[in-house]
Amino acid sequence: MPASAASSNLSNDGDPMSGDTTCETCVKRRDLLSTGVGAMALAGAAAAAVPVIDSLAPNPDDVAVTTLDIDLHDLAPGTQRVVAWAGKPILVVHRTPQQLAILQSPALFDRLRDPQSKVLQQGAYAANWHRSIDPAFLVVVGICTHLGCVPRFDPQTDGNGWLCPCHNSHFDLSGRVLKGSPAPYNLPVPPYAVVKPGTLRLGENPAGSSFSLADIVQI
Amino acid sequence: MTPATRLDLDPDQAPEPATGSWLERRLPVGRALRREYRDYPLPRNLNALWFFGAFAVVTLAAMIVTGICLALHYTPTEAGAFDSVEAIIRRVPSGWILRSVHMAGASCFFAVLYVHIFRGLYYGSYKAPREVLWLSGFVALLMVMATAFFGYVLPWGQMSYWGAVVVGNAVAAIPLIGHPLAGMLLGGDAPGAATPMRFFVLHMLCGGLICAVLFIHIAALHVTGSNNPAGIEPRSPADTLPMHPFYTTKDGVGLCLFLAVLLGLAFLAPALLTEADNYLPANPLLTPPDITPEWYFTPFYALLRSVPSRLGGLLLAGAALAVVAAVPWLDRAPTRSARFRPLARPAWFAMAASFLLLGLAGSHEATGFWLWLGRLAGLYWFLHFLVLLPLIARIERPLPLPTSLA
Ligand code: HEM
Ligand code: FES
Repeated sequence: MPASAASSNLSNDGDPMSGDTTCETCVKRRDLLSTGVGAMALAGAAAAAVPVIDSLAPNPDDVAVTTLDIDLHDLAPGTQRVVAWAGKPILVVHRTPQQLAILQSPALFDRLRDPQSKVLQQGAYAANWHRSIDPAFLVVVGICTHLGCVPRFDPQTDGNGWLCPCHNSHFDLSGRVLKGSPAPYNLPVPPYAVVKPGTLRLGENPAGSSFSLADIVQI
Repeated sequence: MTPATRLDLDPDQAPEPATGSWLERRLPVGRALRREYRDYPLPRNLNALWFFGAFAVVTLAAMIVTGICLALHYTPTEAGAFDSVEAIIRRVPSGWILRSVHMAGASCFFAVLYVHIFRGLYYGSYKAPREVLWLSGFVALLMVMATAFFGYVLPWGQMSYWGAVVVGNAVAAIPLIGHPLAGMLLGGDAPGAATPMRFFVLHMLCGGLICAVLFIHIAALHVTGSNNPAGIEPRSPADTLPMHPFYTTKDGVGLCLFLAVLLGLAFLAPALLTEADNYLPANPLLTPPDITPEWYFTPFYALLRSVPSRLGGLLLAGAALAVVAAVPWLDRAPTRSARFRPLARPAWFAMAASFLLLGLAGSHEATGFWLWLGRLAGLYWFLHFLVLLPLIARIERPLPLPTSLA
């Protein structure tokens, strides 16, 4: 029988599980073999897991960011428009000259957490007091930096612009968070460019700058 | 004289007193696993044909893992199904690997099961006391067939669609309940808006049921223990070897070879197992020039077409399977292994050849030579199970059996 030849150096007494403990080298050689086989099996299982785990990542098509043009001509001063882009609410506001004046007042600056927009919640082209390219038009991602609700547009004469319905975070008309709010950061400014007067393009940067949603500290 | 089985050796498997760790005393899984998968005694003379049950288990596991990943990206709608499968192949990270393995896995599953079954037929593994084991395996085969068919329709290509049309009409041919049944299956008179979702649910449901049936299959196997090439029960501990390390190692070697074949098919020859027509979106207005089923259904497809009657063909294909389920009661010879049966052994080869010829006939157009080859092979298939096996059991004089396996 074939099995007898194979098992003869393991055991001759009909109980192969007992092994042959008198043969030191046999045991060591078998330990090496089983450790080696185990290691190879583990390596194989790890290799097989790679495509499985890989496939659980989102389909790149589902997360691909496209561009969206916004026409500003019919956006009346003092009003907000909400558009969906990259699966997110984007808030576009046409600010009046009075509102722009308040946004520059030192009294308002004292009430803000990050008046100079130092934290990277926007591209370099929006790291200014109006947090935009053209001061009249503000573009922010309408996702509260606290826990993600959409803040409600509620412009006030003191410069307040949004109130978050979830836990009362306040943001000014430049999307900067007011001290005392649970939200830690200013509202993010998405990448955008002015393609021609009166038209913004979301998802594209002004020539010479680069910025993407992934660069935002917290969205 | 009925041979001793594991049941007889150990008639009241009374639970041993609970010992061991805190968990072990409350849920003695470790002890059960050691008893059933490490110390479990197997005949010492099992050959490579006993690999195939383990191959089937591993294939099933691979199908479930890859299937779950594919399901996460599949869209079960008439408009979205085809594109979502294309996206899996082209866009989903590693999606092409998972789909290739899932498709090659389906083919390998059948190849493995056919070897597994013909092994059982050769060595008489279906005979007492393993009838329930045999039947549980048979149910698993039916579930695998159903799962494969439902899965084949999911990509909603031309072959998918027309396969669903043909099977829908075949189901509708069943007297009385056929029409409402086909309507429930397809969610309409023809495959349409409701079909992908129904087939998606059925595909996953049947896949899960295979696991349940497999549990019963293995449980039944561990009651009787394995048969072996000699077809006699082990008489003493010297006739057996513990599963670990002997058969775990041996199965491991077989498994490496099997995985090489499976992955070789998936990576090097994916086109061998697919029909180019299925990469055209389903078109209800245009039937592809030749629709042949997947190779594993061709023997039954040949029978389906061998008589000029829709219901008749359906009954023949069903009966071809039913005789396999009934074989423990058709073959009453006490000797199990064909090695010691001078008449049953050549009959087995002729029967296996008739199955292959049926498959060949089923993959060609049903005219002239192939039609008649299919008819003759089908006739022999039934002749073997219904006439030859019962007859041989009466007239055959078996060779002397060995007295031990050692
Ligand atoms: C999902 C499908 C199946 C799986 C996963 C499976 C798995 C297994 C495994 C692991 C074994 C023990 C190892 C071996 O003997 O090869 C076994 C034994 C067996 N299976 Fe299956 N099986 C399946 C389908 C079938 C089918 C379709 C049949 C027959 C109709 C069948 C009949 C048997 C028999 C008779 C044995 C005992 C064989 C012997 O000990 O000689 N099985 N099966
Ligand atoms: S989510 Fe906006 S304040 Fe909490």
